[in-house]
Amino acid sequence: MSEAQIKTNEAQVLPATPFIKIPEDGEPWLEGYKCEECGSIFIGARDVCSKCFARDSMTPIKLANTGKLYAYSIVHRSFPGIEVPYISAIVDLDGGGTVKGNLIGIEPNPKKLEYDMPIKVVFKDALGRKDREGNSYLSYFFQPLD
Amino acid sequence: MSEDIYVVGVDMIKFGRFPEQSVPQIASKAALGALDDCGLGIQDMQALYCGNLYQASAMVGQRLLQEIGQTGIPVVNVANACATGATAFREAWTSVKAGLYDLVLAVGVEQMGKGLLGGGAQKTGIPKEGLLGSGTMPAVFAEAGVEHARKYGTTFEQFAKVSVKNHHHSTMNPKAMYQIETPLETVMNAEMISWPNTKLMCSVNVDGSAAAVLATGTKVRQLGLMSRAVKVRASALTSDAWQERDLVMPDVNTCTRAAAATAYEMAGLGPEDIDLVELHDCFATAEILHYENLGLCKDGEAGKLIDEGQVALGGRIPVNVSGGLLSKGHPLGATGIANIYEVSTHLRGEAGARQVENARIGLTHVIGLGSACGIHILEKEAA
Repeated sequence: MSEAQIKTNEAQVLPATPFIKIPEDGEPWLEGYKCEECGSIFIGARDVCSKCFARDSMTPIKLANTGKLYAYSIVHRSFPGIEVPYISAIVDLDGGGTVKGNLIGIEPNPKKLEYDMPIKVVFKDALGRKDREGNSYLSYFFQPLD
Repeated sequence: MSEDIYVVGVDMIKFGRFPEQSVPQIASKAALGALDDCGLGIQDMQALYCGNLYQASAMVGQRLLQEIGQTGIPVVNVANACATGATAFREAWTSVKAGLYDLVLAVGVEQMGKGLLGGGAQKTGIPKEGLLGSGTMPAVFAEAGVEHARKYGTTFEQFAKVSVKNHHHSTMNPKAMYQIETPLETVMNAEMISWPNTKLMCSVNVDGSAAAVLATGTKVRQLGLMSRAVKVRASALTSDAWQERDLVMPDVNTCTRAAAATAYEMAGLGPEDIDLVELHDCFATAEILHYENLGLCKDGEAGKLIDEGQVALGGRIPVNVSGGLLSKGHPLGATGIANIYEVSTHLRGEAGARQVENARIGLTHVIGLGSACGIHILEKEAA
């Protein structure tokens, strides 16, 4: 597809992963699924609880946009074209749900990172990455809560 | 009570890079080696269990028989991530244990190429690697190590010492990919891949194969092979039971602890009875976790275990005297059976410079991320 063609198409902003929900107005959020039987929270849509095996007990919920840093790695070598270094972070969201993502807004240095440091979830363009149709994507990132 | 099952023949090739060979050709060398080890032929085998990951849809087991003997026996091709070889071995064990056969062959083989594993490409949308964190294996296992550091204060240096130890061990293993000493500063100053794993703390992608012939006790005695036979005291396989973060952060601990509990119970043994361990050191961070997961020490004492040299050759419980995945190399589908080869070789007293003295009982462990854990306990009875 030529650049001219891309411009004539109405490019959309799409979620980088299906559990990012983008409303017509207002702030995006991360969607979890909560089991009404046992209370477990999963990331992304599902029908059956893999903890308690309950069926038809899954309810979509808005996950919190704050949480705490649980674990991380600082990635210095990735696939070609992926900018390094970056922090691959695992964050426990307040109220439940664990999500992996890039931690930004802080030096990628283990000395700067503290376990359980407060984190906020922010939504931004997906590092300029576009698909073959020229669509932009909205992604989530973690930032230290200041 | 079903019969005891034995390994009567076992072999692995020297791990390396063999781009000019086909996967079945690589497999054939270990298969023939295992048959030669017990003086049997492919015509004596009643079934074949073949582990391979990257050609999981390409009938590797049948193609292996097309190389070494098309006898028409049942062939089962097995894929279970990095637990593939152990799963093939276990399926072979299950079949003889069930009484279906009394002499079967298990083979594991992989042709790897170089480069990072994990964080695969996508068909639609945009790549997620480096956007939603990392799915590369060095990062995933780094995060598991950081979780241990969070709990117990484990240090970068302690993780690095695992690599120093395993590289040292492999200098005594002619079948390892590398025979190179890597002092602590070399390991710590190597290229950082995913903190805290440097390049020398990541397993080596190599091509390789390993194979084992399994037999019932009756068959072993009938063939007069008991003098070198190694008894399979336990075989355990688990998947990932639900854990709070497991779907985001693969949990290699819970499935290992469950498999270890099953294996120790089946064998009627405890960790204190084990003379050597070959465990899944796909990354240096992972080995530390498994000291505790396998009960080699109490929770929180893994750092101390490596600091005090208890897990080195000559220590209380030597771990990965083969050089481990870090230095012997990690051909995914072959690794589980290569571990069986290593432990059997020690139990037979044939391990040369790296021989664990008076080894009588050994344990093998692998993790396939996603997850599968395979554990086997092997014993050589006094002749």
